[in-house]
Amino acid sequence: MAEIKEVTYNPETIIDELGYDDHFHEHEHGGDKYQVGFISKYIFSTDHKIIAKQYLITGIFWAIIAAGMSVIFRLQLGFPEENMAWLKPLLGKWIVVNNDGIGTLAPEFYYALVTIHGTILVFFVLTAGLSGTFSNFLIPLQIGARDMASPFLNMLSYWFFFLAGLVMFLSLFLSTGPFSGGWVAYPPLSALPQAMDGSGTGMDLWLMSLVFFVVSVLLGGINYITTVLNLRTVGMTMLRLPLTVWSFLVTAIIGLLSFPVLVAGFFLLIFDRTLGTSFYLSDIFIGGEALNHTGGSPVLYQHLFWFLGHPEVYIIILPAMGIVSEVMSTHARKPIFGYKAMIVSIASIGFLSFLVWAHHMFVSGLNPFISNFFILFTLIIAIPSAIKVFNWLTTLYQGDLHLRVPMLFAIGFVSFFISGGLTGLFLGNAPIDIQAHDTYFVVGHFHIVMGVAAFFGMWAGVYHWFPKMYGRFMSETMGKIHFWVTLISAYMVFWPMQYLGIAGVPRRYYSFDSFQTFSLFDDMNKLITVFAIIAFFAQLIFVFNFFYSIFYGRKVTSKNPWKATTLEWSTDIHPGHGNWAGKLPTVHRWPYDYNLDNVAFKPQYLPAAEGEEVVH
Amino acid sequence: MTTLLITGIILLLLAIIVLLSILNDSANALKSGEKGALDRKYTRIGQFLMVFNIGFLVYCFWSAYHYKNYMMGYGPHTAASEHGPSIDNLFNITLIVTGIIFVLTTFALFWFSYKYRHHEGRVASTLSHNTKLEIIWTAVPALVLTVLVVKGIVAWNNITADVDPQEQYLEIDVTGQQFLWNIRYPGKDGRLGAKDFRLIKPGVNELGQDWRDKHNIDDFMSDEIVIPKGQKVKFRIYAKDVLHSFFLPHFRVKMDAVPGLPTYFVVTPTTTTEEYRQRLSHYPEYQVPSDPEDPDSEPLWKAFNYELACAELCGIGHYSMRRVVRVVEPEEFEAWYNKQKSYYLENIRFTEDDPYKDELLPFEVEERKADFENRFNKAYNSVEEAGRIIELRHVNFKTGSAELTPLSRYELDFAAEAMQAHPEIKIEVGGHTDNVGNPENNQHLSEARANAVKTYLTKKGVAADRMAAVGYGQEKPIATNDSAEGRQKNRRTELKIIK
Repeated sequence: MAEIKEVTYNPETIIDELGYDDHFHEHEHGGDKYQVGFISKYIFSTDHKIIAKQYLITGIFWAIIAAGMSVIFRLQLGFPEENMAWLKPLLGKWIVVNNDGIGTLAPEFYYALVTIHGTILVFFVLTAGLSGTFSNFLIPLQIGARDMASPFLNMLSYWFFFLAGLVMFLSLFLSTGPFSGGWVAYPPLSALPQAMDGSGTGMDLWLMSLVFFVVSVLLGGINYITTVLNLRTVGMTMLRLPLTVWSFLVTAIIGLLSFPVLVAGFFLLIFDRTLGTSFYLSDIFIGGEALNHTGGSPVLYQHLFWFLGHPEVYIIILPAMGIVSEVMSTHARKPIFGYKAMIVSIASIGFLSFLVWAHHMFVSGLNPFISNFFILFTLIIAIPSAIKVFNWLTTLYQGDLHLRVPMLFAIGFVSFFISGGLTGLFLGNAPIDIQAHDTYFVVGHFHIVMGVAAFFGMWAGVYHWFPKMYGRFMSETMGKIHFWVTLISAYMVFWPMQYLGIAGVPRRYYSFDSFQTFSLFDDMNKLITVFAIIAFFAQLIFVFNFFYSIFYGRKVTSKNPWKATTLEWSTDIHPGHGNWAGKLPTVHRWPYDYNLDNVAFKPQYLPAAEGEEVVH
Repeated sequence: MTTLLITGIILLLLAIIVLLSILNDSANALKSGEKGALDRKYTRIGQFLMVFNIGFLVYCFWSAYHYKNYMMGYGPHTAASEHGPSIDNLFNITLIVTGIIFVLTTFALFWFSYKYRHHEGRVASTLSHNTKLEIIWTAVPALVLTVLVVKGIVAWNNITADVDPQEQYLEIDVTGQQFLWNIRYPGKDGRLGAKDFRLIKPGVNELGQDWRDKHNIDDFMSDEIVIPKGQKVKFRIYAKDVLHSFFLPHFRVKMDAVPGLPTYFVVTPTTTTEEYRQRLSHYPEYQVPSDPEDPDSEPLWKAFNYELACAELCGIGHYSMRRVVRVVEPEEFEAWYNKQKSYYLENIRFTEDDPYKDELLPFEVEERKADFENRFNKAYNSVEEAGRIIELRHVNFKTGSAELTPLSRYELDFAAEAMQAHPEIKIEVGGHTDNVGNPENNQHLSEARANAVKTYLTKKGVAADRMAAVGYGQEKPIATNDSAEGRQKNRRTELKIIK
């Protein structure tokens, strides 16, 4: 093979020469009027980069809480006989201590933990923490924009998310406990305070929190879409967008179309709870009395919920896919394989995600005939997913892989996406779902494919863009420890759950002792719990690494440490408000020109050399 | 204290990891200028990835092998229902297809990561698309998925097909509530009676059965689901309060129980509980004591029972909604079925919840009429005078009064009919009391009661001169007056035939 020329570029001069002058900095007399003082710079900031960091740090906060919750309920499942009295200082009355001083976790709190764990991770961490962080951070930087189309809405979006989090956090301290009817909140359990303690005030706060959250997602989403469509710099055609931006765009569109349906469902639930309507309630006898509700259907709620709920898993996984594509290509020094196929896959996954929701409802009382269509569309969605996997594999093939931490996480992502995606073929096929529905098979499946995989995508992104965010690198050794421990323990936690599920063990069981069929797996449950605890501590290393590196990490010395092609690496090491100090860069090529004409890489702002024919 | 100690140790461990990491980073920074340092680093990581590759695949296969006897369709756990094998088969086909893809892609992923790692002078290819390849890996999954979809849809429509009204099947009502399952069988009429949630009365009428529906009269409740092998069973699934889910893992049955939306699942059991136990008995993991604390307890396979569980979160007791399911040979089922007693007749009949407490149901009228006629004929044909007395078993008066209870009319009607059928006889109506209270009052009461009967019979067309009403007070007890039971026997009305 021919020798490859290593080159360094000086973006400043190129942009100065060819850039687009939007007269941005001429309006600034005596500094940035939007960022005076600490509060408007770091708290109520309208700078997309600060808002992204706010999303990320809030996401980390919630992830730690949710992971801690999972450790507590895993202790109950793995070691139900052990004395939990030592948790009493933390959990108070939810640890019931008997006369012998043996403490046990109260079942109502077990269910609250499971519920809030799911809610937090799905919405606060993997939606807000993932797409909120990276859409905000990368869209303007990668399309060559000064900021979001509406920086104010963007700020509002974060603060609605913050409010949602605050309400949810407060609900943890209610004397009746937070909501405990499962993160899907199916009525009538979620509609009737007499059905469960957590369905009282806990549910009021849960609903309030999620309504705020949806407002946040919609404000963010409409901003992302507008920004991508309108604020691309000169030369940045849609087919020159990095796959990250494509995935954020499709994610935002999905969110904008599906979250309103969820919120409509929530409002009907609120009406049933407070106004005495009967959207979801009928023929109910509870707490010694027959309720005056007839004609409603709990299945209606499930339709509304899963109309968001299924697209939601793509809202979670698509940004991770985009990040991984970008990270993988950069560290493999090779163009992403099948760029257009990737875009078509992202778009078709987005489209199909609206046609599969009822595969969560095969045994909900739905007319069995309808399930035929949902089997079909659900399995069809495996095709674009398979295409993406093959494309990633081929991107690695014959690459020059720099096995740095972000690359390791990208590889881990693909592994989890394969393992978890394939089990979806079981669940999507209704006959198998009869047995596997609501068992640990489902828990194993979705934790691998949209829990751990999305986290790996997120970490790939954090380790990769941390230098851009903070001008320092994260510790590589800690990053590797984080990677290996998490990779192994995540598989040790969630892989065995699939065997539990095939054996028929239902999820959301406080204890398995009542059933002979389900109580045969003590050893496996212990193993899962031990690895869950190990995985939890590995995350503490990540958190330490993150905050330590902000202040003490190795400093970034060049603008483009990964030798990447995208525009964010043409800004200053510490980009200010407005991102580029002078003119905006203009774009002359797609983002994957690695090894072209024996040159190691050609950034997007690089104009065509003499005689060079730009293909993309 | 131990908690504190463990927390301390863990924190210390984390601190050591962090410190060593920071030192290691600094050491690497020093080495970074060194020739070949980067190559060595990537080679080491690549080797780790390969070790993980092999280790992970071995782990997957080993664990699948290790747990295979607990998985559906494997070891003893083949489905115990007619439709079950179609699910197990589909599971297996999907397992093979996904297994192959899983091994190939996982291996390729980590192998590529190792093989194409960076080293000094390495150059990546510029491969960025290949139309032929892309068509192949779109078409092949599409074909494989088509097979899975077709097989899935065929199996699904067979499994979810409702019963044909022509065929013979057993219907069972299962109703979930926080936190138990109510199980109701139709009686001899083979049909479940109507119900309405507004009629539910805890402890009395758990299902809200409408007693005015005649199909409810012979329905019975059971603590376990007993079904005959080979018989098609249609479970009609209901919920009273919140969502539940009717889950029979061994039969591959699951269907949500939804308040306001009745659902069903049709299943034909193919393996009796006993046969399933025998199947389990061949596997060492089922030869251990069923109670791990007690080595002398019966082996696990012997203690085995099919179980009904709830599979939809329904509140804090969700994990305890268990019922035993017993599949038995048809003869055994027949015997069990015949032994069951109607819930209505045993628990509701003649209580204040019974809408028919003041009247007799047609079959009860028949029974009592036959009984009366039998005793009447016996008395009529008796040669001895003492044998010509018929006790009116179902004629009663309100306490302390001579007013007939509504249900008394049936036996009196029979008596009137018998009198008309035998115009040659006369009767004496005898009233008797127990010894509670004043003998004089008792005497008056017994006379009044005998007269009340006479008056009723007169109204029914029996000529008054064929009857004499006599009060015996407490003078002629037929049982002891020392017990409530005996006193009840003594309070009676009799007819004596006088030819």
